[in-house]
Order: sequence, then C-alpha cells, then structure tokens
Amino acid sequence: MIETVDAFFDELRAVGLPISVTEKTDALQALTVIDLSNRCVVRESLAATVIKKADHKEAFHTAFDIFFSSTKRNDFDAGEGLSTEVFEGEDSEEEPVRTEQTSGQETQHSLDDDELRSAVQHALTTGEESSLRYSARHAVRNYGDIVAGRPVGVNYYLFKTLRKLHLDELVAQVAEDSAAVDATDFEKRLHEEHVKKVAQEFKKAVEDEIRRRLVADRGSAAVAKTLRQTLTEDVDFIHASKEEMAAITDAIKPLARKIAVRLARKRRNKRRGTLDFRSTMRHSLSYGGVPAEVKYRQQRPAKPEIFVIADISGSVASFARFTLYLVHALASQFSNVRSFVFIDGLDEVTNYLAENEDFDQALALVNQQADVVWTDGHSNYGHALEVFDQKYSGEVTKKSTVLFLGDARNNYHETNVEALAQIGKKARKLFWLNPEPKPYWDTGDSIMEPYSQCCDQVFEVRNLQQLEKFVDNLA
Amino acid sequence: MEHRFESVSSVQKRLLDVDYLADEATASASFLADRLGKPILVEGPAGTGKTQLAKSVAEMLGARLLRLQCYEGLDEAKALYEWNYKKQLLRIQVENAQAAADAGSSTWQQMQDDIFTEDFLLSRPLLEAITAQDPVVLLIDEVDRVEIETEALLLEILSDYQVSIPELGTIKAKQIPLVFLTSNNTRELSEALKRRCLFLHMDYPDALREQQIIQTKLPEISQQLAEQVAAVVASIRALDLKKDPSISETLDWAQTLLLLGKQSIDTEVLDQTLTVLCKYRSDIEKVQKELVIT
Repeated sequence: MIETVDAFFDELRAVGLPISVTEKTDALQALTVIDLSNRCVVRESLAATVIKKADHKEAFHTAFDIFFSSTKRNDFDAGEGLSTEVFEGEDSEEEPVRTEQTSGQETQHSLDDDELRSAVQHALTTGEESSLRYSARHAVRNYGDIVAGRPVGVNYYLFKTLRKLHLDELVAQVAEDSAAVDATDFEKRLHEEHVKKVAQEFKKAVEDEIRRRLVADRGSAAVAKTLRQTLTEDVDFIHASKEEMAAITDAIKPLARKIAVRLARKRRNKRRGTLDFRSTMRHSLSYGGVPAEVKYRQQRPAKPEIFVIADISGSVASFARFTLYLVHALASQFSNVRSFVFIDGLDEVTNYLAENEDFDQALALVNQQADVVWTDGHSNYGHALEVFDQKYSGEVTKKSTVLFLGDARNNYHETNVEALAQIGKKARKLFWLNPEPKPYWDTGDSIMEPYSQCCDQVFEVRNLQQLEKFVDNLA
Repeated sequence: MEHRFESVSSVQKRLLDVDYLADEATASASFLADRLGKPILVEGPAGTGKTQLAKSVAEMLGARLLRLQCYEGLDEAKALYEWNYKKQLLRIQVENAQAAADAGSSTWQQMQDDIFTEDFLLSRPLLEAITAQDPVVLLIDEVDRVEIETEALLLEILSDYQVSIPELGTIKAKQIPLVFLTSNNTRELSEALKRRCLFLHMDYPDALREQQIIQTKLPEISQQLAEQVAAVVASIRALDLKKDPSISETLDWAQTLLLLGKQSIDTEVLDQTLTVLCKYRSDIEKVQKELVIT
C-alpha cells in the first residue's frame, strides 16, 4: 500500500501540485482511520488532505484513477455501491449484486454490435451507473482494439471507440425516443440536456475503462506519464487547446476580481495623508482636551489611466484574446482603461469592450468593425506605432500606464522605435508583454531588443501564472 | 480523546437527519477533521452551503456554534481577546480611593497582578472556542476577507489550539473544537493557513442531488416539480452568467412555484418568476434569450 501511495505522490508532484511533508503525513494518517474498502471515501479523504486548490482537483482525480484502479476492480465497485446507500435507498441493495452479475458476464461472453448498441441505449435512457459502466466495458472490448505494449494515450482509444460506436447518433436517437410524446419545446430541451449529460458520464466511463486496461497492461507509472496534463495555470496561451482555453477563460474571471479586491485594499491601507488639525481637535474633546487620537486626511486615490495596445494578428490572437478579456474585466475596476488593437493598422476599441457586457459579442464586434488592416493584414509594428503616435499620443500623460502586448514579430517592416520611445517618455510606465518564450526573442523577424530599450520593463507572459504575477505587480 | 464520529457513512446519515445532504467529499472531510484534529477550509462559490455545513454539523452534534465573521480590518481585539479596560480603570480608581483611605500599602506590582487576570479578559470567539467546557463548533466565515497579515492571527489557534496572551501566558484548549473556515476565493489564502487545514471544495450540486435537496427542504413539493426545478436550474447554470443561481435561490424559486400553485414549469412561468433566480439584468436577459424564446 505504502509503495502505491508513494508513487502516487511522486506523480502528483510531477504534475506540479505543491505537496509538502505535512500533506503527505496527513494523507497517510487519514488512511489509517478510514474504511479502506470504500474507494470513494479513500479518494475524497486523500483529496481533502492533499489538494489545496480547486483547480488541482482534476489532475488529482486523473492520477488517483491511474494508481488506485486495481485490476481487481470489483471490490471497489461493490464499495461504491454501498457508499451511495444514503442517497439511493432503493438501489443500494440491488447495485452490488448487479455489478457481480456484469463481471460474471464479462468472463463468459462478449456482446455483438446490436446487443452493445441496445445496452448503450439502455444505459443512456436510465442513466444508471452500473449499466453505464457495463456498456462502457463492452464498448471498449469490442471497439477499442487495445494493443498490448503500444505507447499511445487514452484519448487515442477513446476517439476510436466512440467513433465506431457512433455515440452522437445514439445520443440524438435516445433523446428523441425517450422524450414524452406531448412534451413542449421547453421540456424537450431540458430532456435533451439531460441525455447529453448522461452521455458525458458514459464517455467518462469509457475513459475509465480504457485507463484501467492500459494500467493493467503497462503499469501505473507509465500510463501516468502519457496522461500527464498541464495545470491550467501553466498552459501556454498560444498553444492552448479549446478545452484549455475555456479553462483559462474561467480562471481569468476570478483573477480580475481578486486584483480589484487587492487594489481597493491597498488603496485604503495606504500611508495616510497629512494631519487633519480640525478633526484632531474635535476628537480631543472626548479626552478632556488632550489630542490622544490623531486624525489624518484621507489621501485622494490616484486614478491611473491604462492604455492597452494589443497585437491581434493571427500569431498571437489567442494571447490577445485573454489579455483583452482581462482588460474587459478590469475596466470596471480601473477608472480609465483604454484599449487599442492593431495588425498593421491601429484602432481604438474601448467602446466595444465597455458597452458590451458579453465579452464574446464585444470581441466579435472588434473583429468586424475595428479598422486594423492597413495593407496586407500582417503585423506591422512600425506602422501601428506611427498611427498611435499621430492620433492618440497626445492623450498619454504622466498618469498613464501603457501596456503593449505582442510578440514583436514585425515581418521585417520598419521598426519605428522613435515612436515607442516617445510614448515611453510621456507615460508614467511603459510595459511590454510578450507571449513568446524568452529564448525565441530576437530570432527571425522578432525585434524585441530595440523595443525593449524604450520600455520600463519587458515581461514574458506565456501562461496564467505569469499574467497573474504581472498584474499583481501592476496593481 | 473520544471521537465524535464513527465512520464516514455515519456522518452522512447524521447530517441527513438534520436536513443536510452531504456528498462523500463533505462527509469524508468532516470525519477526518474530527479524527486528525484539523480545521476544514471550505471553498466554493457563494450559495453552495458552506456556512450551512458548519451550522448543520453543530446542530447534529448538539454543539454550540461560535461564529467569527471576518471582514477587512478585523483585529486581535475582535477575534481573539481584549482587555476590559473600562473595568480595569474602575478597579484602579477603587484601589486609589482605598489607598488614599488606608494611607496605602498597595504597590504597582500588586495592582498589575490584579488587573491582568481572567476576570478582566473579554474573550472573543476564538478564545471562547478553545476555553469552552461544552462542545462547540467554531465557524470562521469568509476568511478571505481579512488582510493577509491578519491571517497570521489564526495560525496559532488553528495548528496548536492555543492562544498566547502576553500578560497571562498561553491558554491551551480544553478540548479540540471542530473548526470550519469558509472562503469565497476572492484572494489566494496564504500557504501557511492552507497547510494547517483540510481542504474541501464545494461546487453547485448536480441535478439529482439538487432535486434531493429541494425535496428535503420542501417536503410538500411533488417529485415531478422538484425534478423539473433542478433540471431548469442546471440548464441555467450551464449558461455563462455573471452569477449562477445558488442553492438557496433554487429553494426560493421552488417555494415561489409552490405558492403560485404551479404543478409544472413552462416558459411562461419561468419568464414570470425568473427574477427569483437571477439578480442581474444581463443574466435575466440572457436566460430569456436562451430558454424562454426557443
């Protein structure tokens, strides 16, 4: 047991979860007091002692499934059935028996395609955990074609299985068949959502099954390595997949709120202003004329003005998306945020972002209406800077902080460093955020070096962690 | 020391008796909090039953709930203890008067020993929790609202269950209370605090569990309506809203539907009562657009 737990912790650390000795001791101690035959309780107990951040939950669960999905899974299944007893009074007696049945069947015969289809349909209609697992097991057996020793990940087999199963068709069919005849559109919609949710569970069951088989084939450590996912905070903006993008977007929302809270607090707790003589004298009356309580004037809060100038050309589009999103979220916190976007032309988009509460809509408007293409639609920093210098640089004052977002890949156009230097001189601070890894700067058509000369500071902002750190400094 | 709970499933059952539906994660964390003698840090969006968990655990144990509501500017005097300086002043004045009368013998030292005793100590929730004789549950609510420096105040009590008072020495806990900390995650809590706690993340329940919650809290509701309410709320939460409806708002809505005598939900009913679920204009518009007009 302790070896498995040790390996499990090593894997969690490898993924990047911060696990200190305290957490490990707690976890081991927890294992001595709980009922080890109940898989769900073991998992949640370990989670309670080990995880310290909600974002890490998923990584934890993946790793747990790998290391604690023993091939003798049926013990665990029975345990799971029992643990749900509290909620599902009727099912509880039946479920452990069912799983025994299914595991018995597994050894005896496999289902043919039609039987499998109807089994999946049944599972989707009822949504019962045991039948979901049962049909998933057979789906993998029939369609997975898991080849022993082949070093591919779970996703490969998952797609293969689901494609051969035509899951989407099945889901649509089940949704239609099982809906009540006289259902209104509204009810139909709700029902469809329900079936889709069940389908999601089915997918998970298939994934679990594949993982279980892979672990049996190659051992936990090897599978863990192929499954290792980057934590949301470490995902590279530019290479983020669709799911990762969604996760990052979700994470940015609270980030903006956190920054706002921190900012407000800092402002309030800042060094107090000059002595308020009148107020001090007034309060001294309650101490018999002794000025025991010294009163100060509140300092007037500074109203920083922020100019965000973002490159939205193809190469950094996803990064710009996040930054604009953050700007959008911050707009209500900072009194004055102005946003500009450019490719080879430059346009102000403050209004699009401010007027639309829905960010995606705002972004669509920016893409449609902002006048950012001058000639060929490839980034041209030189020209963008020139436009900014001509049109807007008069509005940059000593109170303004300017953020420049881009990879400085200029397609070998004119650099126009003087314009940037001008802006830098006028503004309170000029920061450049570059979404590319530092080693790539100044390679090819990247001209970070001359630009960074004009900036107060240059940051590499590739992931959420770095973005958070930067904004923290800013606030 | 005697344990409060026998097993994880017994925690679940006993919580159900006080109308709180706990999932495995919640029950396991509560069980471990008792066995390992550690506080639980409960984190999650507003309205998922974090504070209610502490209340329900207190109710189930028949313990007194001590609540420390955190806010910005919370300090030692409000959280731990405070010297009752008015009483001390009175005491000194009486002493002075006496001293004048007997042409006095009382020294400063005596007086100091006199006025820094437990008689003059006002205990605040944290100190009270560890000195209490009867069973208590300590709830430190919205701990993310205090400044990061103030968090340090909590560390001694959370890890060693003791409070050090310079004038008196260290007061150790007579019993280890169950401690719940809640956080809405408006800022990252310090590592030191997190390390001392078990962590429990509470999210919105899935439709089935929410339906069970509705039925537990509103026994007179029909199964079908509860199911529908849960389904509609789940579908609303799936939209990208400013503020997702919380469990208590779901319950309010179910109650509203009951009062209006509705047996089932259609678009018209949803449209009329949507304001119970969503509190932002933009959210209401979005739900109307997505669900009402299809």
